[in-house]
Amino acid sequence: MITVTVNGQRHDIDADPNMPLLWAIRDILGLTGTKYGCGAAQCGACTVHLNGESIRSCCTKLSRAAGQQIVTIEGLSANNNHPLQLAWNEMNVPQCGYCQSGQLMSAAVLLRENPNPTDQDIDDAMSGNICRCGTYQRIRAAIHRAAELAKEGAKS
Amino acid sequence: METNAISRRNFLRVSGVAGTALCLGFYSSASAKEEQLIHAADAEKAGVQMNAWINIDTNGKVTLTDHRAEMGQGSYQSVPQIIAEELEVDMKDINIIFAQGDNKKYGSQITGGSSTIRGSYKNLLKLSASAREMLIAAAAAKWTVPASECYAESGNVIHKPSGKKFHYGELVTDASKLEAPKDVHLKKVSEYKLIRKPLNRQDTPLKTNGQAIFGLDKKLPGMLYAAVERCPRQRGIVKSFDDSATKKIPGVKHVFKVQMAVFNTTREGVAVVADSTWAAIEGKKALRVEWDDSGFDHVNTADIFKKHNELVQTQEGLPVKTQGDPDGALKQASKTLDVTYQTPYQSHSAMEPLNCVAHYQSDKVEIWGPIQAPDWIQADISGRLKIPQEKVIVNMTFLGGGFGRKAFMDYPHEAVMISKEIGGPVQVVWTREDDMTQGPYRAGVTYRCQGALENGGISALKFKTAGQNIGHWQGGKTDKGNDSISEGFLAPYYKSIKNISFSDVPYEMPLPNMWWRSVYASTNGFAIESFLNEMAIAAGKDQLDFRRQYLNDDRCQKLIDKMEEVSGWKSREKNSGYGVAITECFSSTVGQVVKVSRKSNGGIKIDHVWAVMDCGWYVNPDIIKAQVEGSVVMALGAATTHEITFKDGLVEQKNFYSYQMPRMSDVPVVDVYVMDNDADAGGVGEPGLPPFTPALTDAIFDLTGKRIRKLPFNMNAV
Repeated sequence: MITVTVNGQRHDIDADPNMPLLWAIRDILGLTGTKYGCGAAQCGACTVHLNGESIRSCCTKLSRAAGQQIVTIEGLSANNNHPLQLAWNEMNVPQCGYCQSGQLMSAAVLLRENPNPTDQDIDDAMSGNICRCGTYQRIRAAIHRAAELAKEGAKS
Repeated sequence: METNAISRRNFLRVSGVAGTALCLGFYSSASAKEEQLIHAADAEKAGVQMNAWINIDTNGKVTLTDHRAEMGQGSYQSVPQIIAEELEVDMKDINIIFAQGDNKKYGSQITGGSSTIRGSYKNLLKLSASAREMLIAAAAAKWTVPASECYAESGNVIHKPSGKKFHYGELVTDASKLEAPKDVHLKKVSEYKLIRKPLNRQDTPLKTNGQAIFGLDKKLPGMLYAAVERCPRQRGIVKSFDDSATKKIPGVKHVFKVQMAVFNTTREGVAVVADSTWAAIEGKKALRVEWDDSGFDHVNTADIFKKHNELVQTQEGLPVKTQGDPDGALKQASKTLDVTYQTPYQSHSAMEPLNCVAHYQSDKVEIWGPIQAPDWIQADISGRLKIPQEKVIVNMTFLGGGFGRKAFMDYPHEAVMISKEIGGPVQVVWTREDDMTQGPYRAGVTYRCQGALENGGISALKFKTAGQNIGHWQGGKTDKGNDSISEGFLAPYYKSIKNISFSDVPYEMPLPNMWWRSVYASTNGFAIESFLNEMAIAAGKDQLDFRRQYLNDDRCQKLIDKMEEVSGWKSREKNSGYGVAITECFSSTVGQVVKVSRKSNGGIKIDHVWAVMDCGWYVNPDIIKAQVEGSVVMALGAATTHEITFKDGLVEQKNFYSYQMPRMSDVPVVDVYVMDNDADAGGVGEPGLPPFTPALTDAIFDLTGKRIRKLPFNMNAV
């Protein structure tokens, strides 16, 4: 039995400790917002936070999450109201939407660490996330917009 | 003001069994050319199948059945946006459900050919306006006032003189008893309140908090997971397999041989069914399968293109389109060009790998998945498993990208076969490696392009292709040329250039191929438009002026003017390269100007892309912009990195590490402009793709003097 806290909720998971965290989250906990894209840490669709840091859950063993805090897209905000989610909605970022959970989770760490990212900062931080629909231009703009929204939110 | 007459004899008076909702749709009448508007109850009584487009309930809520898939292109937003406009309801009062596969009911459901809006918008406008008029008539009758004194707004009918108001929900029962109006007035473009506005997409909230259900997210009680080891050379049969290691993996429940139909061929694989996706994938890895693929060529990419080149040089092509005498003109011309262009095999590589949930029961089968063509799957499964069509229930989820691949019917068939074998629900998950190595692919094509110049103008164009034909691979005739090889070529050229021919030398291969976003235009556009740029330069003309000279069509002239204006064409910067291309695809024309410059390390960088889209009548300019932005990124990958290669029949690219996707830092600024006109609607999801590559390579020629005729090419080594 492996105990993991996901989005603030404790779960005792009865599974092989070698199972990638991705499949434990999706198949056992039923949280399907985290996506499978490549299984090889190439595309970032499976990005979640482990103790606040972005990890590729497709290549992270369940055992590594034991006793740790995991946050998935379902736990990014209470009401789809993280500044990034607001900006994503305002700027119509997603097309098919499949990669966007991972994009948002990567961007959330970037914004936390760097509240005023430049284009270059964004390109660097987001280089691990693929979008086949090609929404990159909007992702970049929406991260800038989210940075503004975060500041406005902090003031009010 | 447009008036649409709908034949009254196709309406039947509604009986009392209509229920309390107003439910209207279209049906295809055998006796009438156009589809006919009909009440749900009438359809039932008359025994005709209705495409149940809209249903308004007693709360005034509208439920719309979207018969097409949502794979990123935005039909989930653009279809209700059309309905809300003429029905006079707020977007928030429209609920969208995905239709199940049913060709008799909905007509073609294939989400391909950028056809959702252009194929249905006229019906959607009429339908919504008819429902609005019926609600107004019902209100007028209740008030005993003339209908002309009433109008509809935000889900209400209002009596103008008195200000009295009924909510739609209060009117549906009465309205459902009325005949649909004979004529219905449709708004002028200038009167639109919602159409042509960049309204936010309704599916975005679901796609930012993990709530959107894609195929891979579908779960059923008691569902197991399957992964399948398939023949690495795609075609072949299982000679034997050893599952001793597989069966030792905890969670693995079944291992068996499974067949899957791919059009007229059958493929075999070994299925591993387990209680988690991971156990199924691990079980598949542990299998030892021996294949018999002796009946098929073990092809090599270099040999394919060598053969293509030989064919276009030595063979007469099967004629596809011919006007005038191109051969004669080529012989007489003072100046001729004769060059060859080459495009590679490409993978679709949608972000969501193929997957499908199937539940086979004794008397029916139900399927859920990321599916572009639910009606095709319904018919296919019904035929192959001898199950009545209505007992094959095909449900569409959101698609994590499709690009043509998810219009194939192989993966649902395989899932059904696995469910049948285990006697319960199953989700079949394709790994990224399965998705990339199994195909089908966009076929590689080689183009021989010949042109003649006389007195500074084009006297002849001759295009000859060699390559696989999607139709042939599906079982079509091989003695016919591929009539798609001129797709992308603009119609006005046929009027301004006297001698033109397109011909094709079919080259059959055992490699599976399938539509890929913008289909043949994606490769034709590169060859044809690049070649026209070569001709312009040989004639000493500016590429935009050259097109202005040959595209004698009002819409094209306006498009060219717009391209010139937005790109600052007349004041082009020095030390930069500028390129141009214009292509037609699914009834829309897109022109692009690309600007490039040298990077400090010597490579090429794309500074800017200006894209102008003329898709005629349109719904949502922001969705159009997004589709063109995305098309440019997809084209960039296809031009500069993507190539599926075969070595001894095996696909060499397995995952994104060997099939590199463009990433954020690779992507140029794309500015998109939409032309305003009321011509018939064209496609939006695909036409932005074909012109990018020829415009890019033309810009590189402008900067470096080097003409790129073979894809993909390395931007850092030009």
